[in-house]
Amino acid sequence: MKKIEAIIQPHKLQEVKDAMKSIGIDGMTISDVRGHGRQKGHTEVYRGMEYQIDLLPKMKLEMVIPSERAEEVVRILMESARTGKIGDGKIFVYEVADAIRIRNGDRGDSAL
Amino acid sequence: MTKRLLLFCLLALSAFAQTASDVDKKLADLDKAVKSAQSAGDNAWMLTSAALVLMMTGPGLALFYSGLVRRKNVLGTMMHSFIMMAIVTVLWGIIGYSLAFGEWTPFLGSGQYAFLNGVGAAPNPDYGATIPHQTYMVYQLMFAIITPALISGAFAERMKFSGMLLFMTLWTLLIYFPMAHMVWGKGGFLNAALGGKFPALDFAGGTVVHITSGVSALICALYLGKRRGFPAEEFRPHSLVLSVIGACLLWVGWFGFNAGSAVAASSLATSAFVATHFATAAAALAWTFAEWLKTGKPSVLGAISGAVAGLVAITPASGYVAPMPAFVIGAIAGVGCYLMVSVVKHKFGYDDSLDVFGVHGMGGTMGAILTGVFATNKVNNVFGGKPLGLIDGNVAQVGNQAIAVVIAWVLAIVGSFIILKVCDAITGVRVEPSEEIQGLDLSMHGEEGYNFEG
Repeated sequence: MKKIEAIIQPHKLQEVKDAMKSIGIDGMTISDVRGHGRQKGHTEVYRGMEYQIDLLPKMKLEMVIPSERAEEVVRILMESARTGKIGDGKIFVYEVADAIRIRNGDRGDSAL
Repeated sequence: MTKRLLLFCLLALSAFAQTASDVDKKLADLDKAVKSAQSAGDNAWMLTSAALVLMMTGPGLALFYSGLVRRKNVLGTMMHSFIMMAIVTVLWGIIGYSLAFGEWTPFLGSGQYAFLNGVGAAPNPDYGATIPHQTYMVYQLMFAIITPALISGAFAERMKFSGMLLFMTLWTLLIYFPMAHMVWGKGGFLNAALGGKFPALDFAGGTVVHITSGVSALICALYLGKRRGFPAEEFRPHSLVLSVIGACLLWVGWFGFNAGSAVAASSLATSAFVATHFATAAAALAWTFAEWLKTGKPSVLGAISGAVAGLVAITPASGYVAPMPAFVIGAIAGVGCYLMVSVVKHKFGYDDSLDVFGVHGMGGTMGAILTGVFATNKVNNVFGGKPLGLIDGNVAQVGNQAIAVVIAWVLAIVGSFIILKVCDAITGVRVEPSEEIQGLDLSMHGEEGYNFEG
């Protein structure tokens, strides 16, 4: 099993979700996060007070999938989340030791 | 025959007498009906205005201010406004109305209306001949509520709640009531209509409300010192959405504040309503364009701040100026206050957190002086046919306005400083560093504004 964690542009979320659904991946967890990599932030001015905002809003997606599907998922994720500009985000792939469905105790791939 | 004639004469006479008394009675009834109709109309408008002015404090000011602070202080900031609605009402009923509107010295009222003694349904002809005295009393109460609430923007995010309560109580007693008496009370030192020594024109409270609160705010900001981490850390407004709603409620409520100050549903009320609206529009545009030119972006915070600056500046002038001068007053206040909060303040480096001094202190001062320039007896014949302001040819009025401004400034500076010293000794005025870091919502009130997990 692999865990795919992706940080993407918020406006790309719908496209990514649709793409995942189209290849049969329908389990995912999404959270609002803020962060930055190489993308520079912006300046905000409130009554003459200037603030450099470098932590920008992003979406974090987490999916756990069978290992053999990892390459395909990463490829589709890249295609659907890409704009080609700085700030598109990153994908991280982790090994997962086990997965348990809380409702009935299913383990491993059958719990996904 | 003679008997018949006599009888006829008697009958005719009695008929005439009856007709005459009928006419008198009808006239008296008519007179009474007209008076009662006027009283009903005026009273309806004044009660509406009183409610509008209360709406300026809560939710208007509470939203406007709380949107500008950080999330951890949203409730504490709202509470600063809300609790004024309670505490000032109690003070007002016990002694405040009497100190402001009783008749005694030019600087302070008497105890004649203590516990609202004698303030009932019968009108007080000096203050409002067509409305119940009680209506006038409750209308004026709403002004006494918002004035200290305005100050709270200066010490936002760092004042101790107990110290704040004590400060506001003493401030209302020692600064607001005397100032209101001087400008609006019968025999007050600056009263333009009721025998003041230096008749200053202040229709709805430019000196009483905005200069006193704005200048006291500066003293509070200086006395309490900067917020921890200011200005290095981030102090972005946590929700300008709240502030926009608050500013819009202030704009609407201000019609009660200014047009209500005509104390009648009259054409003067209409004139003040129009002047208020026009100045506000001009000021919102002026601030927006000034900022757009300087920083490259017309901010929403700039537009709403400009509107408030315009509302402040037109307050003393609203019942004395025509609509076109109102545009001018608004435009000057919009640009003036923008420069004050975005340039001058940063040069001095004090932390008037929500710019009470820049908007209310400076906007109020500009408005008070400009009232002396643009007031005209064509709008309000308050001096009985004599010229009002500079454009009427009365140069001296600008001087009277300046005297009122100086008195309000001095009273606010000296009074606030002494009161802060007293509060500091009794309750303390500033929260502990750990409490400030935690935020006032949790440290002072044991609550949080946004519990989305619930």
